[in-house]
Amino acid sequence: MKHAVKMKRAARSKSQPRMAPATRYIGMPLKRKEDPRLIQGLGHYVDDVQLAGMHYAAFMRSPYAHAKIRSVDLSKARMAPGVVLALAGADVAGAIGPVPCAAQIPDMKSAPRPVLATDRVRFVGEAVAVVVANDRYAARDALDLIEVDYEPLTPVVDPEKALAKGSPVLHAGHANNAAYKWELEGGDLKAAFKSADKVIRQRLINQRLIPVPLEPRGALAEYRPGEQQLTLWSATQIPHLLRTQIAAMLAIPETQVRVIAPEVGGGFGSKLNVYPEEALVAYLAMKTGHPVKWIESRRENFQATIHGRDQIADVEVAFKRDGTILGLRCQVIADLGAYYQLLTPLIPTLTGLMMTGCYKIPAARMELIGVFTNKMATDAYRGAGRPEATYLIERVLDLVAAELKKDPVEVRRKNFPQPKDFPYATPTGLIYDSGDYDKALDLALQKADYKKLRREQAAQRKKGRLVGIGISTYVEICGMGPSSAMPAGGWESATVRIEPTGKVNLLTGASPHGQGQETSFAQMGADILGLEPGDVQVVHGDTAVVPYGIGTFGSRATAVGGTAAYKSLLKLREKLAKIAGHMLGEDASKMEFAGRKIFSKSAPKKSVAFADAVGAAYVAKTLPPEMEPGLEATTFYEPANFTYPFGTHICVVEVDPETGQVRLLRYVAVDDCGNVLNPLLVDGQVHGGIVQSIGQALFEGAVYDEQGQLLTGELMDYAIPRAADLCWIETARTVTPSPVNPLGVKGVGEAGTIAATPALAGALVDALSPFGVRHVDMPLTREKIWRLMRAGGRRAK
Amino acid sequence: MSVQVQLRVNGKAYESQVEPRLLLAHYLRDTLGLTGTHIGCETSICGACTVLLDGKAVKSCTLLAVQASGSDITTIEGLAATASPNGGLHPVQEGFWEKHGLQCGFCTPGMILAAVELLGKAPDPTEAEIRHALSGNLCRCTGYQHIVEAVQYAAKSMKKKRSDKR
Repeated sequence: MKHAVKMKRAARSKSQPRMAPATRYIGMPLKRKEDPRLIQGLGHYVDDVQLAGMHYAAFMRSPYAHAKIRSVDLSKARMAPGVVLALAGADVAGAIGPVPCAAQIPDMKSAPRPVLATDRVRFVGEAVAVVVANDRYAARDALDLIEVDYEPLTPVVDPEKALAKGSPVLHAGHANNAAYKWELEGGDLKAAFKSADKVIRQRLINQRLIPVPLEPRGALAEYRPGEQQLTLWSATQIPHLLRTQIAAMLAIPETQVRVIAPEVGGGFGSKLNVYPEEALVAYLAMKTGHPVKWIESRRENFQATIHGRDQIADVEVAFKRDGTILGLRCQVIADLGAYYQLLTPLIPTLTGLMMTGCYKIPAARMELIGVFTNKMATDAYRGAGRPEATYLIERVLDLVAAELKKDPVEVRRKNFPQPKDFPYATPTGLIYDSGDYDKALDLALQKADYKKLRREQAAQRKKGRLVGIGISTYVEICGMGPSSAMPAGGWESATVRIEPTGKVNLLTGASPHGQGQETSFAQMGADILGLEPGDVQVVHGDTAVVPYGIGTFGSRATAVGGTAAYKSLLKLREKLAKIAGHMLGEDASKMEFAGRKIFSKSAPKKSVAFADAVGAAYVAKTLPPEMEPGLEATTFYEPANFTYPFGTHICVVEVDPETGQVRLLRYVAVDDCGNVLNPLLVDGQVHGGIVQSIGQALFEGAVYDEQGQLLTGELMDYAIPRAADLCWIETARTVTPSPVNPLGVKGVGEAGTIAATPALAGALVDALSPFGVRHVDMPLTREKIWRLMRAGGRRAK
Repeated sequence: MSVQVQLRVNGKAYESQVEPRLLLAHYLRDTLGLTGTHIGCETSICGACTVLLDGKAVKSCTLLAVQASGSDITTIEGLAATASPNGGLHPVQEGFWEKHGLQCGFCTPGMILAAVELLGKAPDPTEAEIRHALSGNLCRCTGYQHIVEAVQYAAKSMKKKRSDKR
């Protein structure tokens, strides 16, 4: 099928987007309101919530990647000290629905996953049974008493072999392991390849990653039968969506479920999901009458929380001798793992949408096959399909430059759309909102002193030093909305309630878990209402308190959630202006808000205290005629388009010719995420994003052996970056406001992760180019580099 | 079977009967209710559970409570009091706040205590020394740069406090 994302063309605003009426705090690097509790150990993550009579759940997980379950014997476990309940798949099959998948791709095969495996296990770590005991240790002890009789089946591990004829098939009723085929094509591809001077082909592997938030997952449920109220605390990025899904899985009214996302210790997409353990813990609390807590171990986190990436792309690019790219053809195999999680099948399609990157490539095509293998499901991990796209197109640009013996900067610049081309329509059906790609590139070149870098590199090469320079010019898609392009609502909600004392509660449907919106939204609230950030409390993550929202992912919290908050704040500002105007006998349209006062522009000496105007709204004796009392406004804001941040990253590495060790010498990041509410927070997001990408480029990779065992099952075997592995990251920004939302913001949570891998890979290939290296797949480990140098050295002889 | 442990935690003396296998991290969190000490990996790699044991940064997820018996422990909840008994934050805590040294906050208590140990031994550390000293503590949010700046900030402010005293 031909796929095209239909989106409302964003109205191009004539003037610069309007920011808040006065900008005292917006744009300032305010330190965070979240921090005092967190730096004193006073925050409450799920495992910090203690309830009277609390019990603990522990899960028995499959040691096999693929096996039939002949029997599960829980009799000894049930007799173990402290154990109150032990259940296997058959015990809950009728009571709890399967793990939900919200993404729909036409013709995708169904592959339902029961919350506990019943007759077959399909990945190492799949839950088979659960035990509830009155103590953590007792619950874990009881697992040793469970006897599961497995009949091992041949595991399907390699996604290409999984597609071959004769491969064992994971799911009953499926003819093969292809979950779906998806195609996207735009432009005249035949003509592009026909008129090309050259065509290059390359296979690019984007390895499987493990997200590793520092806090593993966890859930705690309490059920009060008298009130018929189930409360579920979960380390989640999507409390409302989780509530809806849990209610559906347990077949209870959504009104009886309250989900609380307390302090959440990082997510990176891995907590943008609905997991079996969340439904089971809820069920077990209802069944036992005790609050039930489950805290994931790190080993479980590696085995049974979603993984990311895992794509094999065969790419062909058609181009002219002058570096103009004419067409791009990609065949992609996405290893989905054994089952669908919430968005699993959708993620690789984002790679297709973004495959042409920040270049005017007139024709492009992607054929994508999603494949089932005996592994944990892949899903949204920071960047979610877009890092794969950037890696793909940026490696392609480097290959073209190498082929033409041109500077990679020149080839990139040659293909940029110009500012006048925005909104820019891609052959993949997207409309990029705004951009000035040359500006970000120029700033990065200037900051890095690129010409000097190249001169130094040449000099060092003569001395035998292997220095490489890599460059990535990227664009990404974020600010996830509109709804037409999203599986479950592309909007966000915000309620602002000004309490009678004049203090403001700002309730956001976004669910920050480290991003800092308690601070940045308070900055916005303070400016719009003429208050201090301390007057505005941002509340999130509790479905009983906050109106229905979508959550934090896809770098959307500020662009979508922030705009919703902005609009609700403006509504109340307008109402307060009327009240104050009425009290002062002045024209309401001329009211200004500053210093906790409301006054008329024309007579600023006469003012009413903010709190008095608010009080008037509640006492309701001096309101303008026909005005409703109270001060509360809700907005459900849906953007007309996505937003498209962009930038240029430049990386300099040196390879030790003896050991293959890679040392980062410099990293320069110029990002354009539109207007910025708090530059301190933006820098933090950029640093963190880049370092996660450095992890992918240099160290990380989830490795399953041919039996489907996860060899990288602990932090001991799966290396994420440490402080000493890194160099100083030099950041700068250009500001090209987005016309999509009135704040002019784009989003920055994933930009670093999306941008950085090709800069690192490019730098490494550049460093190894004396050995004839044209491409290396990540992770760029010492051993791999050492072997390449040895092979290249031999070739050179 | 249970055994008796006696320890001082944040200046208070505790005596408890515990299972011999009880981890120090669980003792602090579940028995004493000091939940600022987090558990991120249970294998000594991530450092979220770092506490100060007789002034040394140790990983409480792979120490037994009985091994810690007789020692003096500082957790994140008690750190501020070690620097400013009259309230206020420890300079390292201040540094993390000033320099945006945390995002989700889960690694932060351990990261702060590891930095406190470093500054006790090396009051004026280089960037490389800071990065090396914090290599037993993982952070997945910040990319460490603001953490390095936080520790530099703390080093400077502790130096100033010392010279003010003189």
